[in-house]
Amino acid sequence: MTERNHVLPPGLPAPAPMRDGLDAPFWAATRRHELVVQRCNGCGGWQWGPEWNCHHCLGFDIGWTEVEATGVIYSWERPWYPVHRALAEAGPYVVLLVELPHAGGVRMVGNLVGDPLQPFQIGDRVRAVFEDHDDADTPFTLVQWERMG
Amino acid sequence: MGNDLTVRGRVAVVGVGESTYYKRGQSPDPEFVLLLKAILAACADAGIAPSQIDGFCSYSNDRNDPPRLAAALGLRELRFSNMQWTSGGGGAAGAVGNAAAAIVAGNAECVVAFRSLAQGQFGRFGQGGGSRPISGEYAYQIPYGKISPAQSYAMRTTRVLWEHGISRDTMKAIALAAYHHAQNNPRAVMYGRPLTPEAYDESRWIVEPYRLFDCCQENDGAAAVVLMSAERARELRVDPVYVLGAQQGGPRRSGAWADNNTDYATSSFKHVAERLFAQAQLGPADVDVVQSYENFTGGVLMSLIEHGFCTYENANEVLTFDNLVAPKGRLPLNTSGGNLAECYMHGLGLVIEAVRQIRGESSNQVPGAKVALASAGPMVPVVSSLIVGNGEALG
Ligand SMILES: [Zn+2]
Repeated sequence: MTERNHVLPPGLPAPAPMRDGLDAPFWAATRRHELVVQRCNGCGGWQWGPEWNCHHCLGFDIGWTEVEATGVIYSWERPWYPVHRALAEAGPYVVLLVELPHAGGVRMVGNLVGDPLQPFQIGDRVRAVFEDHDDADTPFTLVQWERMG
Repeated sequence: MGNDLTVRGRVAVVGVGESTYYKRGQSPDPEFVLLLKAILAACADAGIAPSQIDGFCSYSNDRNDPPRLAAALGLRELRFSNMQWTSGGGGAAGAVGNAAAAIVAGNAECVVAFRSLAQGQFGRFGQGGGSRPISGEYAYQIPYGKISPAQSYAMRTTRVLWEHGISRDTMKAIALAAYHHAQNNPRAVMYGRPLTPEAYDESRWIVEPYRLFDCCQENDGAAAVVLMSAERARELRVDPVYVLGAQQGGPRRSGAWADNNTDYATSSFKHVAERLFAQAQLGPADVDVVQSYENFTGGVLMSLIEHGFCTYENANEVLTFDNLVAPKGRLPLNTSGGNLAECYMHGLGLVIEAVRQIRGESSNQVPGAKVALASAGPMVPVVSSLIVGNGEALG
């Protein structure tokens, strides 16, 4: 994907894995265009955001599971007022909260791909679009979402 | 909850004070000076010497630490200092509750709850800074343009409106009531700047579903509340305002990252309000006037429902301008103008207004008000809520 296909203009902070290594597997997976979520090896419970232990059984044996990169719009907002200089000319954009019913109902934040004024509603199904930022000092990939059929 | 294990009626507010309230960046005083002026005003209101203070409570990473305050104000001894863990203004009522708890526990005798906030001096909440890489929770939000407080909480309001069929007109009524009250309050930054329904409708979107007037101001100012035991309060003044209940907390996984709190569409008040009313031995119908923290009007809407002042089902009928304005509305709300139109004092101004209502000193007085509630910080992971009342309310 070329720079001009990014949802938001360049200049926003890039995501960096945590220094303690907790979420490095997630960001590494996005580079491979895979969506992974924490899942407990002890009790099978899903968890997001990442944590060092499982909040269901409190065990520390927690792994990462690749999940189907689809979800359902759980909520949304449409920012108009730019709060960061990189967004000064961006115009409105849509932030989604996407629920992954097949991964314990965890929720992920991302942008809606395409026209920010396109019709959509809570409950619509969406598919992940992996947005590569290969030109960044340390390349990274964001997980964006587009409406399905 | 046994009476001997609660703050109910055992602690009173003896003094309240604030600095002049300014628009962001317009204070001629640095933040610490604003705070000293607020504390001195509160002590003067209480009729005590500042050296009688022996404890401080604050919240939200206030930059003005108690040792510096104690040195500057000539305290004989600093016996108690406390900071409530929370983000945003979720600790405004909690700081008062912590002060009350310290007094009941015998750890201190005269405690000041305070907040000082000069966004001109230290930077705005409403603007999100630099471009260096970020990690942790922020990495899951900021690269997607979910940066400011308004952007952090707009989606919760979207979900509540959608789940329960609540109209944005309720949010408009909350904003109009605040501005209406501010027109009678000379302390208010928006005094002399009324808001019409047309101006609200025509105001720009900040982040849907929030228009400009759904969002709190950004200000410079400081506020302080002095608390003492009920016995000492009665020696000081004829109209002590008793703490009837003060609770704080967050529901299950309220601190989970990136909107993964278990019960998503909540202001975080469901359990806090239940504990608060039980402690105060009162119900929502006993509250004469409500000060409900406005970071955003959508948060007020959710707070009012979760405190039981209306329901999801009747919110559209109850939350109207006529119902929300003093003196005649059935649910007088944010009678100083609040964070929207008086000053964004991170909620402590709302506590002060609750006290003034009980004393009969509000600029939008609710006749005969005996019980007032002040809630703080809707939607943030830890929120707090407070009920104060006069001797009659104490029974
Ligand atoms: Zn587990």
